[in-house]
Amino acid sequence: MTYIPISPKERDEMLKIIGVGTLDELFDAVPKKHRFPKLNLPQALSEMEALALLGELAAGNENVREHMISFLGAGAYNHYIPAVVDHILRRGEFYTAYTPYQPEISQGTLQSIFEYQSLMANLTGMEVSNASHYDGATAAAEAVSLAHAQFRGKRKKIVMSPTVNPQYRAVIRTYTQGMGLEEAGDDPTADLEAGPEFLTQFIDDNTSLVIVQYPDFFGRIYDYAKLIDAAHAKGALVCVVANPTALIMLKTPGEMGADIVVGDAQPFGIPLWYGGPYLGFFTTKKSFVHKMAGRLVGETVDARGQRAYVLTLTAREQHIKRERATSNICTNQGLLALASAVYMSVLGKSGLQEVAELCYQKAHYAAAELSKIDGFGLCFSEPFFHEFVLCCPKPAGEVNQHLLENGIIGGYDLGEDYPALKDHLLIAVTEMNSREEIDTLLEALKEVSHD
Amino acid sequence: MTDISVSQNVKIVEPTVYELSSVGRRGVAMPASDVPETALPEKTLLRTSLPMPELAEVDVIRHYMHLSRFNYSVDGGFYPLGSCTMKYNPKINEDTCRLPRFIYTHPLQPIETVQGNLALMYEMQEWLKEISGFAGVTLQPAAGAHGEFTGVLMMAAYHKSRGDARRTKMLIPDAAHGTNPASVGMLGMSVATIPSDARGNVDLEALETACDDTVAGMMLTNPNTLGMFDENIEKVIKLVKDCGGLMYGDGANLNALLGIVRPGDLGFDVMHFNLHKTFSVPHGGGGPGSGPVGVSQRLVDFLPSPLVTIVEEGDDEAAPLYGFFTPKQTIGRMKAFHGHFGGGLVRSYTYIAMHGAEGLKDVSQYAVLNANYLQARLRKTYKIPYDRICMHEFVAEGQFEGSDVRALDIAKRLMDYDFHPPTNYFPLIVHEALMIEPTETENKDTLDAFADALIKIAEESLLQPELLHSAPHITPFGRMDEVKAARELVLCCWLPEGYDLEK
Repeated sequence: MTYIPISPKERDEMLKIIGVGTLDELFDAVPKKHRFPKLNLPQALSEMEALALLGELAAGNENVREHMISFLGAGAYNHYIPAVVDHILRRGEFYTAYTPYQPEISQGTLQSIFEYQSLMANLTGMEVSNASHYDGATAAAEAVSLAHAQFRGKRKKIVMSPTVNPQYRAVIRTYTQGMGLEEAGDDPTADLEAGPEFLTQFIDDNTSLVIVQYPDFFGRIYDYAKLIDAAHAKGALVCVVANPTALIMLKTPGEMGADIVVGDAQPFGIPLWYGGPYLGFFTTKKSFVHKMAGRLVGETVDARGQRAYVLTLTAREQHIKRERATSNICTNQGLLALASAVYMSVLGKSGLQEVAELCYQKAHYAAAELSKIDGFGLCFSEPFFHEFVLCCPKPAGEVNQHLLENGIIGGYDLGEDYPALKDHLLIAVTEMNSREEIDTLLEALKEVSHD
Repeated sequence: MTDISVSQNVKIVEPTVYELSSVGRRGVAMPASDVPETALPEKTLLRTSLPMPELAEVDVIRHYMHLSRFNYSVDGGFYPLGSCTMKYNPKINEDTCRLPRFIYTHPLQPIETVQGNLALMYEMQEWLKEISGFAGVTLQPAAGAHGEFTGVLMMAAYHKSRGDARRTKMLIPDAAHGTNPASVGMLGMSVATIPSDARGNVDLEALETACDDTVAGMMLTNPNTLGMFDENIEKVIKLVKDCGGLMYGDGANLNALLGIVRPGDLGFDVMHFNLHKTFSVPHGGGGPGSGPVGVSQRLVDFLPSPLVTIVEEGDDEAAPLYGFFTPKQTIGRMKAFHGHFGGGLVRSYTYIAMHGAEGLKDVSQYAVLNANYLQARLRKTYKIPYDRICMHEFVAEGQFEGSDVRALDIAKRLMDYDFHPPTNYFPLIVHEALMIEPTETENKDTLDAFADALIKIAEESLLQPELLHSAPHITPFGRMDEVKAARELVLCCWLPEGYDLEK
């Protein structure tokens, strides 16, 4: 079926006013030999049939709520989403609106983005936030562009910790391939137990940006203040890739002196959805705001003396600056910025603190119990938040296979990205994992150590 | 709604979440912990305050409901925003994309546990190939501009792989979307702007002059932003290819071409799709979009990784096993994970499945019918600088002889007639441009009412120009002080005094 609300009679009246005889005649400018190809697509379905088809496809999946116990994180986290969030997202006034180019009739979107910016700036301890990026990885890549622009392309080196999410590092490499940059520090075979200060050796007068993750990819919590001081001493900027749930509890990157804080706000009200769409956040100091990519909402007044909001500093953007724009970004993640703002608002200060506390407590219970199993142990001794690395007595892939047979999705197999860690699992625990689930994992892993 | 008067006589129509906050108020609570307690990390690692609002659930609902009333939306009315394809978003898509077995799948789950997702993605790749005539498709890019960047990276990688390092010039018509040159700028390539001719086609002479052995390719929107299908499209493509360049198609305007012509058949090498325009993914107040990219045979090895493929063929008894693979000369990863699966791919898959080949052709035919009908109704009143049969959109001039009314005034006045304005001041090659794209999901009554409103506004512009200069009048908000916003740069709510001192 289609959604075309025009009757054949109306169509004919319209064609007459246009002055052509048939619909096909509207396409005379299209080269004849390629006009009206016969597309080989399945027969059109009614709504009822389509719902059945999608249900059948979905049935080919097992999910981490109803079918399996999961300890997967590594950049995407299974958190509870309060019912309010989706009820707001389903308002047609929000989800069927366009980018708010006409502020007089878009104040709903504009004020909600302004509030999102405020919440994100406060969460990260920074001064300003933009309206969003596609995801955490692309936000990190845009941080490189900001630093590149800040030094007018004269500093040609970025220093990247090997404990930044491997997919984020890959995206940064893709984004920067036309920029002629040197990348240092990004060596997955480096000593992974070295603290963050080991990156200092790579930072020099040619370095535009240092990128670290907080907590790092292995879940470890470091205070980056010293590293940031060292980078600033060389004039370089520092970008911290942060997990928003951890920021509820931990010292903010802003307090450490970070110049840019990015990350993925998927944990804040956005479903796992097989990897997307998620929500890249980007916060920085006010002094970098003109170099920042993405949309930005600012406060103003309207002609009637009412407080209102508009997209501002648009001269930075592609539709004005064209090839001199800092980024080509235009559509971003508007609706999901709304989701995360509703999430933060409806949990509020106390609810958010409960989420962070539950993640921390459950992860530490799991780590303590799992590390007691014969042959297993915690790989690192640093403080962690809700993810940790478990050393296993055999390759992580084999351990995961055994767990899968028991209805458990184990952790992320670190051997895929770090050759030295092929026997290591990255385990994530959130408020969604009950003690019973953790104990089930424990029992299943005991079998591994025995066989 | 409450009007709270504050200092400087600025009226607050709806307070922010911070202004609504009251210390000690609670929203959604989490369950108690079911594990033994562990001490928190040492204090130096913890934050000292958490400046988050404190609200009850009902406060939050009321706040966002109030805000929602200030938005114009497709569900609420006609949204003829040129080049944005603001078509109706079918409600069934909202249900299919939220099926629990889609929504609660983790992107790193073992492939055996997500065969439904992978089958959908594989089929989506195949359908988009069939619709566009391309040899390969990546679903990874997050939006149109992201897809463009992907395409330009592949074009650069292609030339580089052939040792053709001199090709750093991109040809871009003057009617192009701003994202085209911006994508090229991200790669440090240069842009050569190609003018349009009097009929709105690419100026062939100018193109021929620009074609040399430094050309990486041409980025062409066809139909272009004037809504014109280039009458010399085959010559344009031949000129670019003959000088060794690749042809990029900006798929923003694909809504005119479904079942009409396949860009791959015309000789394009690469094109991004905007699933949030053509295939009914809602725009969400500015995203998330979804920007898959199709490529011709010579670029398939450069596609971003990973792609979805069949790793084990099926037979009568068993379905095939789907999995991922990395193309040989891939440009790399464009984003984390696999693209906008839930919000983009599931919705568009549902849409295509319900349309089939004939339904998609109807979409484009009626989108073009509606645009031409509006153009015909407005022709006598508004100057149409490139006046021939248009595709899914057309551009009129928003100015009249003997009046100082501008396109902006017309746009604002349309709000008083309860219409969303067209895109204005784009494309840049038309003075006071009003770019109108009705889409196929509007009925004749709506189109007539919109045309009547524009004709009435044209009369007003001569008789009562003040009415337009000060418009809109009946919307909840009036014109904005944009200069104040940019000068003062208030980008965050002020926290209540002393807020950050409270733990």
